[in-house]
Amino acid sequence: MISNLDYATLQHLWWIICSIVGALFLFLTFVQGGQTLLWQVAKTDLEKSLVVTSLGRKWKMPFTTLVLFGGALFAAFPKFYATSFGGAYWVWMLILFSFIIQAVSYEYRKKPNNLLGSTVYELFLFINGSIGVLLIGAAVGTFYTGSNFTLDLYNRVTWDYTLMGINLRGLEAAFSLFNLSLGIFLVFNARVLGALYLLNSIDLSSTPDLESRLRKSPWNNFLIALPFLLYVLVCILFMKGFSVDNAGVVSLVSSKYLSNLLAMPFLLIMLLAGIILVLYGVLSTSFKKSNKGIWFSGLGTIFVGLVVLILPAFNNTAFYPSKLDLQSSLTIFNASSSMFTLTTMTYVALGIPVVLVYVIYVWRLMDSKKLTVAEVVDEESY
Amino acid sequence: MIDIDLSMVNWARAQFALTAMYHWIFVPLTLGLSFLCAFFESIYVRTGDKQWQSITKFWMTLFGINFAIGVATGIILEFEFGTNWSNYSWIVGDIFGAPLAIEGIFAFFLEATFFAVMFFGWNRVSKRFHLFSTWMVAIGSNLSAVWILVANGWMQNPVGMLFNPETARFEMNNFAEVVFNPVAVSKFVHTSSSGFLFASLFVLSISCWYLIKGRHLQMAKKSIIVASVFGLLSSSFVAFTGDESAYVVAQKQPMKLAAIEGLYKGQIKAPIVAAGILNPDKKPGDHQDPFLIKVEIPYLLSLLANRSLNSFVPGIDDLVYGNEEQKIESIASKIDKGKAAINDLTQFKQAKKENNSQKAEISLANFRKNQEYMGYGYLNKPEEAIPSVAIPYYAFHIMVALGTLFPVIFAAFLFYALKDSLTQKRWLLPVGLISGLLGLIAQQSGWVVAEVGRQPWAIYGLLPVKMATTNLTAANVQITFFMFLGLFTILLAAEITILLKQIAIGPDGGPLK
Repeated sequence: MISNLDYATLQHLWWIICSIVGALFLFLTFVQGGQTLLWQVAKTDLEKSLVVTSLGRKWKMPFTTLVLFGGALFAAFPKFYATSFGGAYWVWMLILFSFIIQAVSYEYRKKPNNLLGSTVYELFLFINGSIGVLLIGAAVGTFYTGSNFTLDLYNRVTWDYTLMGINLRGLEAAFSLFNLSLGIFLVFNARVLGALYLLNSIDLSSTPDLESRLRKSPWNNFLIALPFLLYVLVCILFMKGFSVDNAGVVSLVSSKYLSNLLAMPFLLIMLLAGIILVLYGVLSTSFKKSNKGIWFSGLGTIFVGLVVLILPAFNNTAFYPSKLDLQSSLTIFNASSSMFTLTTMTYVALGIPVVLVYVIYVWRLMDSKKLTVAEVVDEESY
Repeated sequence: MIDIDLSMVNWARAQFALTAMYHWIFVPLTLGLSFLCAFFESIYVRTGDKQWQSITKFWMTLFGINFAIGVATGIILEFEFGTNWSNYSWIVGDIFGAPLAIEGIFAFFLEATFFAVMFFGWNRVSKRFHLFSTWMVAIGSNLSAVWILVANGWMQNPVGMLFNPETARFEMNNFAEVVFNPVAVSKFVHTSSSGFLFASLFVLSISCWYLIKGRHLQMAKKSIIVASVFGLLSSSFVAFTGDESAYVVAQKQPMKLAAIEGLYKGQIKAPIVAAGILNPDKKPGDHQDPFLIKVEIPYLLSLLANRSLNSFVPGIDDLVYGNEEQKIESIASKIDKGKAAINDLTQFKQAKKENNSQKAEISLANFRKNQEYMGYGYLNKPEEAIPSVAIPYYAFHIMVALGTLFPVIFAAFLFYALKDSLTQKRWLLPVGLISGLLGLIAQQSGWVVAEVGRQPWAIYGLLPVKMATTNLTAANVQITFFMFLGLFTILLAAEITILLKQIAIGPDGGPLK
């Protein structure tokens, strides 16, 4: 059946697969969000250990998902991989640095003779959860606002945005209020998810102060995230978009993303459902003492993430637009791998459900019992 | 012709070498130590002996410390292809990206999922499921090596693809050929078995330290027995696969073989240089002796390279300047054909842009005649096709010498451990103590041979590194180079101090002390 799929279907399918991986990553940023909450919600060493150990059991999941996101884009949309990573050099480098310092921090933070001291490793975790997620949001924002690159005859990327004679290589994405707002929304949404996850994962019966601080956190962070989300949504509805015609010519079209939403009503439904689910998770946790909010808000985040990633790519839209030369813009058609590679990778992707099944099985097995103070004190902990 | 900033190329190469070499301190340990932990735990589950659980947990702690920094240094490598080598990423992403994506889907998630059980599941899952998880981490780690070495093997020996002039890039046309590429297969088996060997040396080193200090004697002896058996088996596999790797290099990358042997003039019945000092003044094409001193073993290079004692092994001069008798084309001729191919491709692209189908057809037909030489067209002179000789030569000989020594060390330790007389062999313990460091040197040398020997190519014979880079100024790469150098060095120092402290603390099992 897969071998009968036409090229355009495969290109759409692979953008959906990449978007699912990206949206799952956004859900898994509960780890990053939790990291930024550490100093705020955990006041004692014991509370810190509970928070860090709980998050530490999951830190590899967003990390691995991010790596998979990169790998999937490399395989399926190599021109995007080359243009964005090579072009917006500094944005990606800073994101990567923030993940490098995260990777060692859980394991090294409480180990004796760790050279830098536990506070530095906690700072590393904070940087990863704040700057790392912010920059990822800003980078995703450029799917809507465009970037400053051109491609030559051989698709070699030239990036051109200088400030005081320095080529910023993508850092200028942070000068856009839209990109910045998307980034800030993701940071605070991650904090919402982080608090919801910690409430779900830790047995807080012997640490009531920690529970009280955690329970306030989702609502407070949601209130901060909300205006940024609304700003992003309003902009998306009214901004010009990068449309591509049948001949592959890219042009700016008014309210392109609004028309995309109307042309693909399932995205509109998913967006609304996503926001409602996030809100329900927050309200049920902060005001109804539920501990299952993470699953609602998590699913809601996945829905919103899918919309944010699919909306600028489908319905004949350039997903990585060039502000300098519209015709250099990338679409899922001109940026994808060959039909052979996409077909082969689709066969490979049939294994993804198996991976999902064992990930969910092991997650449930490990989290069937909440993390207790005794475990943190007596057994393996971070 | 595209204007290339050569200094940027060199900084990008230096940065990749830096990050890859740091990464490769930790990865081989992960590959081997994960299996050793699985062995230790299997014995524990089978015997129910708590001493083995304590041994397992101790080595698992060291594994975890090493694993974290391995992950940290690894993420940059995947993305560095995009940031510093974006032209490469675009030209071969169709082929090269696939194994990286598959690695993410199948290997990384296996590792990440079961790693949590391995470290935090002792009291949350059954004993058998915990053991299963430890094995899954070992399999996941090594599965990751499979796919990354499929990708690397393709760079050394590009197969299973076609050049598409419309897009001016290589596209996959045979996935099985890419996966079962002989270079990838030999690379994986050699690399993973050498990782097992290194991890065995690591266990041996630390165990020897305990024996010297008179601490945790039971744990040390038991660890040495398991590590020596694993190390001996791995050593024989490394030797066997090393021979196969050399054969594949000789067949697919003859210039690399010539460089690692310091062979300038090709020979029938070629001897192998067992040891020697290169003549630093030697230049390709001159008549100086390449060696100041050397010890040779007759016939062995011909045997190694072609499985035949009487076969011809080409030298650097034959490969660069040609050898009519052996039907070896000169690089100068390949450069001419390559330049013609590039010119025809440019004409073709231009004609397509102008919608001139007749001109496009003629240009394409001309391009097809020389397309296999296109990569050579980017070289400015024949000598550019020669990699550094000294670096791969010395690295290769260090690796082989150490690889010959290791089985002797393992055999000695196994013999005396089984006789329970290790503590009386005070002369042997320091040898075991430093063997881990020697293993690390051998590991690094192996990759130096593979990657320096591949130069000047990013994809062997098809794309030189100078054409693979991002259009980026050297200053950007210099800054990130020093950022990586500083950060990785600090993290390495932290890892070492933590490891030393954990070793000083020792295993937590009371009865073993």
